[in-house]
Amino acid sequence: MADPHHKAPARQQTLAELRTGQRCILDRLDLPADMARRLMELGFLPGNEIVLSRKAPGGGPRVYRVDGSEVALRQETASHLYVRRDPESDLIVLS
Amino acid sequence: MSDCHGETPRAGLLPNPSIQPPRPPGERPIIVAIVGPPNSGKSTLFNRLTGLRQKVANFPGVTVEHRMGKAKLKGHQEVFLVDLPGVYSLHPRAEDEQVTHDVLTGTRPDFPKPDAVILILDVTNLGRNLVLAAPILHLGLPTLILLNMADDLAQRGGKVDVAALSSELNSPVALISAAKGTGIDRIQQFLLGTAARLNAPPARIELPILQDVPKCRQWAANLGKRASYRAPAPPIWTRRLDGIFLHPVAGPLIFAAILVAVFQSIFSWATPIMDFLTVKVQSSGAWMTQVLPNSPFTSLLVDGVWKGVGSVLVFLPQILLLFLFIGILEDSGYLARAALIADRTMAIFGLQGKSFIPLLSAYACAVPAIMATRVIENKRDRMATIMIAPLMTCSARLPIYILLIAAFIPNTKILGDLLSLPTATMLGLYVLGFLAAIFTARVLKSSILKTKGTSFVLEMPPYRWPTLQSLSLRLVDRAKVFLRRAGTVILLVSILLWILAHLPLEGGKMPLLEHSYAASLGKAIEPFIRPLGFNWKIGIGLISSLIAREVMVSTLGTIYGIQGDEHSAGLQAALHHDLSTAGAIALLIFFAFAMQCFSTLAVVKRETGGWRWPAFQFSYMLALAYAGSWLAFHVAKHFLG
Repeated sequence: MADPHHKAPARQQTLAELRTGQRCILDRLDLPADMARRLMELGFLPGNEIVLSRKAPGGGPRVYRVDGSEVALRQETASHLYVRRDPESDLIVLS
Repeated sequence: MSDCHGETPRAGLLPNPSIQPPRPPGERPIIVAIVGPPNSGKSTLFNRLTGLRQKVANFPGVTVEHRMGKAKLKGHQEVFLVDLPGVYSLHPRAEDEQVTHDVLTGTRPDFPKPDAVILILDVTNLGRNLVLAAPILHLGLPTLILLNMADDLAQRGGKVDVAALSSELNSPVALISAAKGTGIDRIQQFLLGTAARLNAPPARIELPILQDVPKCRQWAANLGKRASYRAPAPPIWTRRLDGIFLHPVAGPLIFAAILVAVFQSIFSWATPIMDFLTVKVQSSGAWMTQVLPNSPFTSLLVDGVWKGVGSVLVFLPQILLLFLFIGILEDSGYLARAALIADRTMAIFGLQGKSFIPLLSAYACAVPAIMATRVIENKRDRMATIMIAPLMTCSARLPIYILLIAAFIPNTKILGDLLSLPTATMLGLYVLGFLAAIFTARVLKSSILKTKGTSFVLEMPPYRWPTLQSLSLRLVDRAKVFLRRAGTVILLVSILLWILAHLPLEGGKMPLLEHSYAASLGKAIEPFIRPLGFNWKIGIGLISSLIAREVMVSTLGTIYGIQGDEHSAGLQAALHHDLSTAGAIALLIFFAFAMQCFSTLAVVKRETGGWRWPAFQFSYMLALAYAGSWLAFHVAKHFLG
């Protein structure tokens, strides 16, 4: 599975690159202030854990589990949310 | 998907549970605002507290709707409840939040400042929900904090110390289940005590800086900790159901199956009821003619009023059925999944998944559909959805479709028993409306309503059983709106048309239709509609149907002096004198595209805050209708000879 000594990639990962069941910690939101605030109100706060819960059929928006609820985002939006991943967490697979 | 285990949720400490004498008479009634995030059960609570003693109202000038109702309370005290739009914060960003903010701070000149606030929160996600408590408590109004969905919390193994939370917030807190009705007595106690608390000093607590979202969230998390909050396990049924409804293959198939089933049942279930009502309207009309003396007044009453209004009333069952289905889909939580599935397809036309819900409602009626566009935060997306909603085939188009198809389209089979030419024509008209809508959306979204990358952010609520109370209240609401329209606008048009068709008097007698004022109107527009294959009689119908599409059938009935219902063979035969088959096809196309609905124009004006958009919409749809029917008439004439 995951290699604990693996180095952080040069380019920071975004939420859009997450695979189903993978978890990550939100680092920053690179979005206009209004949109960022809206997402933060829904739980997308830096430091919060986000899990990709489900991909919508046909490549549509994806459903993320964040701060106790599930929120759907388009890939385009998710690609502006920069995250860090704890490789260890891959060992925990979402049911 | 929850089940009550018979456990009564614990109620919090109410600091002032005393029931005080009401304020002296002559003052304005006490107003209590209900505030909460979306999906927190605000409306369920409101319905439970007010029952049928509520009405939907609009704040003038803005697009936001609120509901007012009188609370059911013991004793003589009157407390009015206002259900404000669901918000995540009071940060005035969207129009909804602005209104909630303005009402609560008393800065709306048209609405009195509430005397107290009921803040309802979803206790299954207390950390995030409590964030809203900061700006609400900041207002300094007496506030009751309700932790809703107590049954879910207990069942899924969560817990919270209500007394501790109450003392942390220095405000009364109660655990309730709005859906089950547990804990409601605590709210009534609070409402009864409102008058006594009017001059009480505001609760003193430390609040975070409201602009700082992370700080507010941290504050809420700490509160939860101090109230020994344990979050419940994630709702297992929601996960399981999403596994099916959002499955890559099964999801879209179920989505399509639900849509087909909804439309199929609306037509097959509602038809017998509609037929029954049609017969009743006719027979009662005939009975009135027999019983009442033969006079112009009887004619006005029977031909003008009763048949005009009656021909519209028969659509009530169909509209209610569609609203019942939409209500079930919405209350169960499926509609959010449907929006998710539809998002990708809607994106092709420049729209987003949230436009799907209003567009689905538009198949019943554009008026509630346009009001439902409020869920779309992006103003341009919302505008585009409002612009295209009236192109969807609403139920008011059905009477004229049914009449013309029965009269002009031969009942030949196309695909054996599967599809006949009339059915195919009807389906074709539905598809045509849909195509016109998405084409228009595409054009608008790449020109005047262009946006930089539309966003789609939607919280997926847990699945829940729709409650009978909420569904029936929806239907009562819709029925009221519909009946009011039939009793006012359509009644007036019917009377006016009857008068125009029977004046001026010729030698003390009612004139032939050809010499009436109505005919003059029809003849005035005849030069414009002649190229579409319509004569002045159809012209009268077109003018009257500008008010509402369904008026067309009753108008034709009045014009021909024949019972104006779509099954009437007499009316069908009479139409053949004035309309060729090519003209009938052109007329169908005209109705598919034209904006013949005053109610829709009025609601668009209200929602867009001026006459600019409705005027544009009216002209655009008229141009589309004129060009479309001109083309249809000439193509049909060429092929049909």
